[in-house]
Formats: sequence, C-alpha cells, structure tokens
Amino acid sequence: MAEKNTLGESLRRHGVSRRGFLKFCTATASLMALPPTMVPAIAEALEKAKRPSVIWLSFQECTGCTESLTRSHSPSVESLIFDHISLDYHHTLQAAAGEAAEAAREAAMHENKGKYILVVDGSIPLGDPGYSTIAGISNLEMLKETAKDAAAIVAVGTCAAFGGLPQANPNPTGAVSVSDIIKDKPIINVSGCPPIPTVITGVLAHFLTFGSIPDLDQYNRPKVFYGQSIHDRCYRRPFYDKGKFAETFDDEGAKAGWCLYKLGCKGPMTYNACATAKWNQGTSWPVESGHGCLGCSEPRFWDAGGFYNALSVPISDNSQTVAFAAAAGLALGAAAAGLNYKNKDEATKAHGTVTIDDLEKSS
Amino acid sequence: MSVFDNKSSESPSSCGLAGMSHNTLPLLNEVSHALKRLVRTGESTIIDLRAIPFGPGDEARLINLLGKGEVQATLDTLGKTTVTETRFAGVWLVDHYNSEDERIAFQIEIIDIPELLRAQTEDMYESLDLLGEVVEVEKQKLNGGSPAIQ
Repeated sequence: MAEKNTLGESLRRHGVSRRGFLKFCTATASLMALPPTMVPAIAEALEKAKRPSVIWLSFQECTGCTESLTRSHSPSVESLIFDHISLDYHHTLQAAAGEAAEAAREAAMHENKGKYILVVDGSIPLGDPGYSTIAGISNLEMLKETAKDAAAIVAVGTCAAFGGLPQANPNPTGAVSVSDIIKDKPIINVSGCPPIPTVITGVLAHFLTFGSIPDLDQYNRPKVFYGQSIHDRCYRRPFYDKGKFAETFDDEGAKAGWCLYKLGCKGPMTYNACATAKWNQGTSWPVESGHGCLGCSEPRFWDAGGFYNALSVPISDNSQTVAFAAAAGLALGAAAAGLNYKNKDEATKAHGTVTIDDLEKSS
Repeated sequence: MSVFDNKSSESPSSCGLAGMSHNTLPLLNEVSHALKRLVRTGESTIIDLRAIPFGPGDEARLINLLGKGEVQATLDTLGKTTVTETRFAGVWLVDHYNSEDERIAFQIEIIDIPELLRAQTEDMYESLDLLGEVVEVEKQKLNGGSPAIQ
C-alpha cells in the first residue's frame, strides 16, 4: 500500500549516498527525456515525492506491454522507481488470484481514493462484453468502476490508447480505446506495440516526481517521447534527403544502410522515441536492424494497407502528417504515389468485405 | 579533410558502413560552442547522449575523436560511474551504470569539474561529526582508557 515516506527518505534508508541520489536524479532526467538542467528540480521534487498506489488493469491484450516493462526490470533506475510505487493490483504479476485479487483492487481503490494511478493495457470490447471478463466482471464495468476515483489514467500500448490489433478490421469484439469510454479523467496515452519500456517508466516517473502529467500531443501522448517523428530522428534521414533508397531488403542500397522508405517504412508519419531510446538496453531499433518502421504507435496502424507498401497516404488523421506524406509522395514521383493510392484503395476495399466467415474459409 | 575522413577509428562504423555517421560532427560543434561558453562566461553545459539519435558506430567514433585526457575517476554508488576527462580540457565523459552493469545515463559535461566528483556539503558536515568521534576515541586510547569499540 502507498506509504507516507517520501522517496528521498526511502532512498536514504536504503543507504543511498547523496552522490548516489544525484546520480539517480541524473538518470531519472535522462529516463524522462528531460534536459540535464532539470536535475536540481528533479532532486527537489523527489525529496518530497510520496509513494503512489498503482492499479494495473489488463483487458484485450497479449501481455506484450507487461513483457516489455518487466524485461527491462532488472535492477536499474526503472526498478528503483518501481520500488517506490505501490503496484497494488496487476493480475498477471500478483500472487493473489480470484476473490483475493479483486479484494486487493477494491482495498487499494478505497484507501487511495482520488490519488491512485490507473494503468490500463488492452482494448475494451463493447460489441460483446463476453469476449473479455475478469472475475465475471466485464472490462467495461471494471474500467468505469476503477477509473471513477483515479487521479489519472495511463493507457499503455496501442490497444488501450487507440484500440490496436483487436480493433483491426473486422473488429469482431467491437474493441475501443480507454479514451472512447472515459471522458472525465486525465488520460496519458503511451502507445506502441509494445511501448518502449523506458517510455512507460518515464511517464510513471514523471507522475511520481512532479505529481502531474507531462505535456501531451493531440493524441494525448507525452510530447517528450512522441514529439518528433521517427523519420526526423532517424540516422538514415540524410539518405532520404539525398534520394538514396533501398529497393529490396538485400540490394546494395540496403547493405549501405540507405533509407527504407520505398520498402514501406512508416517513419515519416510515426511519432515515437525508438530512434533515440532504442530497444534491448539501447542495442538497436527496427530501422537500425534493417527493417522499416511499422508505425505501431499510431492509430489504425494495422489497417494501413500493408507494412511493405511505400507510404504515400496517411494512415492517421494527423493533418500535419497529411501534408508531409503528400510532399514525400511528390518527391518520389507521381507514378509511385498513384500506385500506392491504388494499393491503399484495394486494401481498403478488401478490408471492407472481410468477415469472420471469410477468415475461417481461407484458413 | 573532414572528421569523417578519420580512418583511425576501430569502431564498428568502419565495417562497411562508411558515410553513415552523421551525428558526430554536429555534436562536436555543439561541444566546441559549449566549451567557448565555459571559457568566456563560466557557464557549464551537459549534453545527454541518450537523447541523440546515433547510428551504428557514431558513439564509438565520437569517443575515439574525444580521446582520453589526464583524469579518470570511478564512483561506486548505485552501480559504477566512470568520469573521464577527454583530451580536450574541460570536456568530460560521464558514463553511469546500474548494479547490473547496464548503462542508465551517458553524458558529455563541459565544466571545470563534474558535480558528481565534488564532495557534497551535507556529507562534509556528517564527516566533521564522524571525524570528531574518531579523534575522541584515539584520545581515549592515548590516555589509557579502554578503547571504545563500536
């Protein structure tokens, strides 16, 4: 349960020196993608930060988001932060099950009324609630009940943020996002399939440190992580500017590390921190390993008409993206753009006619 | 000749990826401007290298170009931290690791001495008390009193 001790007191009790605390603050600033000049402010805020209660609800999801988070969970800054939040309910991770687990959720809600953070991964089925229930409670009912007294909601992963894979055509469950249902609470969307672990912990660290939510973009994603497109931060960008593109995955251009735009990279319309935060303890990220960005942190990325079709039309309703993508299409030539419009049209038509019966017949 | 013509780097960037390092030169320029600011106004700068979109080999190339200076220090708190002065005085590489030896922050500090190396004021006050106790115990030993073993 949430404690009255501040994080500063707690760290000192664990024998962390002042130099250690300074290091912790430096790493926290880096984790939150804040400039190093913020370290003194972070140190001051962490000295006063209380241990918040966190309730984590998993709905229609694949547990990839939890995997992403826990795989990064070796003793690190992230784990130090997790030592200082009180994860009171997470039905995948907690030892309790059944009625005891639900009792823990209710107790945390009651004791921390109005103060706890609600984390949600997975979409919510509205078409038929029977597709996903927990302890006999529908996802919709549990979300509404738990959101009621939350201080803020963090929608982790593209499913919770935008509907994600469950919402892909033909959306058999009638899947919707958290923000489609909850309208009266601050919601932070941490999209990605899965999201970058340090982005998940960075957002929680921000709330823990400052007791407030970070600046958000038009999709309610934290600007510090989602403020720039993959394309703008990509180390292969200069090749795009010079018109040097890989045409296949094994041609000379691919071997020389040229731009993957023509191979379907969705970097120009995707906003995420992969190019700087990277994956697997900073080892690499999709473009660095030779594959285009799938655009997994954007709404409706699954129904964009093919991961390997060059981008010429936007898959999100971001007006800036429309302008950018159109310009990019022009740069590549009208013929290529026309071809892609045709592909997109075909994909849209094809998706419109797919039913569960069709899928069963073809399998 | 540009810095990209430097073939002495043993970094992975030289493995068939020539021309891919585009972030080293702008970063070196940023360091140069920061050092100028430090010299002229005393204002220090910290650059978070985890916020820079490095391509393969960029980081190794940068470290290679900055080289090693006279001072190297290691701190052991919440995991290891190495502080290395580069061959450019006032330009430091500060590399933070956790107890699992995973990097948690990596910065270039342009400053006379990184803050982390300074003794912290609160620690010095505590040390003053501690030193007083040690002096007291040693005095008692000299006066033939029983040694006060804590």
